[in-house]
Amino acid sequence: MHASVRPAVSVNITPPVTTGAHRETTAPAEMRMSISKVNFWYGPKQTLFDISLGIATSKVTALIGPSGCGKSTLLRTLDRMHETIRNARLEGEILLDGKDILDQDVTLLRRRVGMVFQRPNPFPKSIFENVAYGLRINGSKVPMAEAVEKSLRHAALWDEVKDHLHKSAYELSGGQQQRLCIARALAVEPEVLLLDEPCSALDPISTAKIEELLVQLKDLCTIVTVTHNMQQAARISDFTAFLLTGQLIEFSPTPQLFTKPSDPRTEAYITGRFG
Amino acid sequence: MNSGLRWRKFVSNFMLTMTGVCAVVAVSALFFILGYLVYNGGTSISWNFFTKLPAPVGETGGGMANAILGSAKLLALATLFGVPVGFLGAVYLAEFSGAKIAFIVRYAADLLNGTPSIVIGIFAYTLVVHPFNHFSTYAGGFALGLMMIPITLRSTEDFLLAVPRTLREGAMALGASKWKTIVTVIVPAAYRGILTAILLAFARVAGETAPLLFTALGNRYWSHGLNEPTASLPVMIYTYAISAYDDWHRQAWAAGLVLLALILIINIVARAILSRGVSVPRA
Repeated sequence: MHASVRPAVSVNITPPVTTGAHRETTAPAEMRMSISKVNFWYGPKQTLFDISLGIATSKVTALIGPSGCGKSTLLRTLDRMHETIRNARLEGEILLDGKDILDQDVTLLRRRVGMVFQRPNPFPKSIFENVAYGLRINGSKVPMAEAVEKSLRHAALWDEVKDHLHKSAYELSGGQQQRLCIARALAVEPEVLLLDEPCSALDPISTAKIEELLVQLKDLCTIVTVTHNMQQAARISDFTAFLLTGQLIEFSPTPQLFTKPSDPRTEAYITGRFG
Repeated sequence: MNSGLRWRKFVSNFMLTMTGVCAVVAVSALFFILGYLVYNGGTSISWNFFTKLPAPVGETGGGMANAILGSAKLLALATLFGVPVGFLGAVYLAEFSGAKIAFIVRYAADLLNGTPSIVIGIFAYTLVVHPFNHFSTYAGGFALGLMMIPITLRSTEDFLLAVPRTLREGAMALGASKWKTIVTVIVPAAYRGILTAILLAFARVAGETAPLLFTALGNRYWSHGLNEPTASLPVMIYTYAISAYDDWHRQAWAAGLVLLALILIINIVARAILSRGVSVPRA
């Protein structure tokens, strides 16, 4: 139904390289994932239209846009979580390290592409067992205690929980639970970490902690985060994609998107005229 | 006050009184039964009741040790048969089946739940007693197990479906296959509810008499193994209560009290397990 207002802008599959002084990269960014011509339907309703973009290795890519624009749907296609929903249908190609994820075993794919959800969803187990879960189901032979400690340190949670690892995860605060979920995802050492509005259920202090954490985690893995909070995208991401009614309106390095948007709709959104 | 308003007030008060009276009737039925059982059974209960075999006809004394053990064996068999079928069926319904199949199975389970227990007894007789030409503990356990299936299945399914979707997604996003998600996350999250469902199903069939009349029959002596007819508390109550001897009547009261106490304890334990909180916060 939006065919008549489809954007005429050309979309860069490879994000342009920034030359800003605060960014060290000058060589073209390496692509961990590349999404091309993705269309998506829930039953008869199409929710994504011809999306193409690249996810740069060891960078934070943010997906922004108003509610219902398809940013969460797009994120969930990257680890094929959309397949848990009946009537969902995907067309197009999504490559991870050059190989189509749709041809791969889905459980193996999800070990390489981790996910953190909107609301903290720790399992009804101890803090330790939550982090160990991914390793256990994979039959991992690594020393469990070390792996758990490492993941909790990466998630900046170790100092707060090291003395009560065997308490229930539900005794933690919301922000701690979300960092526990990040630790749980990191434990299986994914190449890509997807986050679906990870701070939307958290208070400002917890949010700040997670934002800081995400920036540090870039060295470990590639990060894609969905957010409805534009300031957050501006603070933490290297590249930002702006989606509107299932279409990719603009995809640029974050400073450029927020200072010199090339599409009037992007400008209208980031200046708060809608959304 | 005009007469219209007065009339409305009268109707209102009358209806309020009626609802209260009905509530009192409902509750007092239970307390009346309980009180009467304790009054009659309490005086007849003794150590012998739990340790001795029934006395020969005409003699006083004796107990129901064989019926207590028989009931235990029957209920153990019923649980071994009914709970796995109900539980695994519920896992299938909650996690795998399509809406249509789930509807059919749910409907069938509800019908089975509503089937008169005497019909279940005849069914078990036809299937397990008649072909082997003798009554047995097996047959009784089968009949009771059959009755446990729908209760376990329906409540287990409800508790599995109540596990938040976000937990399933969390496990699957870590690369857990569907069955691993079920075994390691969903069932542990719902185990309190499932345990309660099993206990309530157990309590429900513990007092059943009709299905045992055609299957386990009854026995005045110890029943060896599982292949012989066996005594059970409900059937003993039935036989003793319709007999002509005062001493048997007293023992029937005692058996009734023991059975009711058992069911009451199971119900209280079940509620205690459930009220310690569902282990997962509802999303």
